[in-house]
Amino acid sequence: MIIAEGKPIAEVAELIKDAKKVLMVGCGGCVTVCLAGGEKETGILASALRMLRQQQDNPLETVEVTLTRQCDPEYVEMLDKYVTDDIDCIVSLACGVGVQFLAERYPKWVVPALNTKFAGGTVKHGQWEERCGLCGECILYRTGGICPIIRCSKSILNGPCGGSQNGKCEVSPETDCAWQLIYDRMQALGKLDMLLEIQPVKDWSKARDGGPRRVVREDVMIS
Amino acid sequence: MSEPKTESKLERLLNEGRFVVTGEIGPPKHAGGDGIKHHVELLKNHVDAMNLTDNQTAIVRLSSIAAAAHVLAAGGEPVIQMTVRDRNRIALQSDLLGAYSLGVRNVLCLSGDHQSFGNHPTAKNVYDIDSIQLVQTVKGLRDEKKFLCGEEIKEHEPRFFIGAVANPFGDPFAYRVLRLEKKVNAGADFIQTQAIFDMDRFEKFMAMVRERGLHKRVKILAGVMPLKSVGAARYMQKSVSGMIVPDPIIDRMKGAGDPKAEGVEICVEQIKHLQTIEGVAGVHIMAVMWEDIIPTIVEKAGLYPRPK
Amino acid sequence: MVADFEPKIVAFCCYYCAYSAADLAGSLRLQYPSNIRLVEMPCSGKIDVRVILEAFEGGADGVYVAGCLEGDCHFLKGNIRARKRIGYVKKLLDEIGIGGERVEMFNLSAAMGPRFAEIAAEMTERIRRLGPSPLNKAYKKEPASSTAG
Repeated sequence: MIIAEGKPIAEVAELIKDAKKVLMVGCGGCVTVCLAGGEKETGILASALRMLRQQQDNPLETVEVTLTRQCDPEYVEMLDKYVTDDIDCIVSLACGVGVQFLAERYPKWVVPALNTKFAGGTVKHGQWEERCGLCGECILYRTGGICPIIRCSKSILNGPCGGSQNGKCEVSPETDCAWQLIYDRMQALGKLDMLLEIQPVKDWSKARDGGPRRVVREDVMIS
Repeated sequence: MSEPKTESKLERLLNEGRFVVTGEIGPPKHAGGDGIKHHVELLKNHVDAMNLTDNQTAIVRLSSIAAAAHVLAAGGEPVIQMTVRDRNRIALQSDLLGAYSLGVRNVLCLSGDHQSFGNHPTAKNVYDIDSIQLVQTVKGLRDEKKFLCGEEIKEHEPRFFIGAVANPFGDPFAYRVLRLEKKVNAGADFIQTQAIFDMDRFEKFMAMVRERGLHKRVKILAGVMPLKSVGAARYMQKSVSGMIVPDPIIDRMKGAGDPKAEGVEICVEQIKHLQTIEGVAGVHIMAVMWEDIIPTIVEKAGLYPRPK
Repeated sequence: MVADFEPKIVAFCCYYCAYSAADLAGSLRLQYPSNIRLVEMPCSGKIDVRVILEAFEGGADGVYVAGCLEGDCHFLKGNIRARKRIGYVKKLLDEIGIGGERVEMFNLSAAMGPRFAEIAAEMTERIRRLGPSPLNKAYKKEPASSTAG
C-alpha cells in the first residue's frame, strides 16, 4: 500500500489560514490502513484545527467526508454535493494521488494534509516500511525477492558496496544491508552462482521519467 | 609481460613487475590549485601515481579531474577517482572523455560514500549505474570503442587503465573475493584496497584471491593509512564504515611517546609485510590530511628511489 | 489564574476499577470536587484520541482517564494502550496550544476509594492552577453543574 504520514498540524493550519470553511476529505484506501488519513484521522485533524482556530478568535468550520477511495473518479464524484460555494478550501487526507484527483475535479484550493512516503507494508502494528521502489521493471527474481533498488541506500545492482559491515548499511546501524540479505537468501536457496553474473545497467526510462507513466488495458475499457 | 592497453605509466610499471607505490591527494574545499601543485612537487619522486579523490565522504571539494590537470601540469601521474554517486551515465562518460583529453590515463571506479555522511546530506543521489557497471563502461569505451548505449566512438576513444576498489573488511566476507572477481570480469586492470589494519584478515582474503587465481588477472595494490594519533585510530575503528582496526594497533598508538612517529613506524612495518604476500603488486598510501608524510614512509620502507 | 474559576473535568473511568472506586468513595462518604464528570468505560483501553478531543471541543478544561493498576487490566493490556494514547494526545494538545498538561492517565484498583477522591482533587487543583482551557476564554463563573453529562 501507499504509506503516508500526517503533516504537522501547524503546517496544515498555515495552509488553510485564509479559509473560513473547509471540506476535509479522508480516504478509505491505503491511508486508512496505515492510520494516516481515514475517517478517524480526518475527525482528529478537523477537531484539532477547529480548536487551534478558536483560540485565534477566527473560528473554522469543517465538513468531514471520507470517500471509499480518492484515486477513482467514481468515488470522487460522490463528493460533489459537499463541494458547495461556501467551501473555501478542500483538505485532502489522501496520498498525493487523491489530492490531485480532487484538484482536477474541483475548481477549489486543494491542499494536502499528509506527506506521502512510500510503497510499503506493515512490519508490526504501528510500523510501516518501504519495500518497492516502483521502478517499473521488477528484478526481484534475480535478487531472491529482496529489492536492491529501494532497500540498498545506493540502489546498487551488483552489491554489496564496501560499506556493508556486520549485516548493516554504512548509512545507519538500524538499516539492514540489502545485499547481505540478498546474499544470505541466495545462499539458503543454493543460488549463489547467480550473484556472480554482472547485472546489466538498469533501464531507468521505465521508472520516474518523461511525465506520468501510464498503464493501459484496452480489454477492460468501456466504449 | 602483456601488451600495454594504455599509455598509463602505472600500467607500464605494473607490467614490468615493479612493486608500485601510489599515494592519495584530497583536493581542497576551495578553488585554489596551489596546494595540489605543492603536494605534487612533494610526492612526485616518491610515488608512481597519485589518486585524486572525488568529493570524498560526500564533501564538496575541487573536482578530481581538475585536480588531475594540476597534477599533470606539475609533472605527476594522476589517477582520477570517479564515484557513481553524483553523476549519471551521460555525465560519467562525458567526464571520462574530458579527463582523457587532458592527459589523464588512470581511473578508479567506486560507489562513493553515501551523501548522508557529507556536508550536503539533503542532496539527491544519482546511482544511475553502480561501480561494477562503471568499470564495464570504461572498458567498453576503450576496448569496444562504444558508448554504454552501444553507439560507436568514431575516433579518439578514451583508453584508460581501469581501477576498482575492494574492501576485504566489508561483509559478507566470503563474498568479498567473489565480488572482486566480478570486478575483474567487468574489466578492472588494477585494484586498490581499503586501508588495511587487520593483517590476518587481509592474509585470508589474499589466500582466497590466489585460490581463484585472481592475482594473475588483476594487479592488487594494498591500501595503507598512517595513523597520526590514538584518537584517529579510535575514530577509524568506531566511526568509519567498512574498516577494521584491531585493538593491538590502538594499544601501540596509546603507548607511544611520539604517536606520529609510531604511526609511521606501524605503516612502514605493514608495507614491508605486504611486500611478502604473494599477489600484492604494490601499495596505496592514504595519508588523509597528512600527505606530507608520504615521502618519509616511502623512504623508510626502502621503496625509494622510484623507477622512471 | 482566574480567581473564581471552577474547571470542568471529564474523567473516563474503567468499569472494573476507577468507576467502582468512585462508588466506594461515595459509600465511604468521601468528599471529592464536584467538577468531575464521570464517563463509564468498559476498559480504559476503549479511550480514543478523537473522544478526548471532543471533550475539549465541548468545553472541558481537563480530561483524565483512570484505568486499572498496570498488570491488572481485565483485558490484559487495555490500560497500557490507554497510557500510550494519552501520551499521543498530550503532544497533540501541546501542538495546538491547549496544553498537554490538561490530560492525564491514572491507575487505581476498585478497592481504592480514597485514592479516587485524591485523584479528583489532584486533577481539579492542577486544572484550576492552569486556568480555563484556551477555548473557554470568555469564562464567566457559572456553578458547576451537579448532574453529569
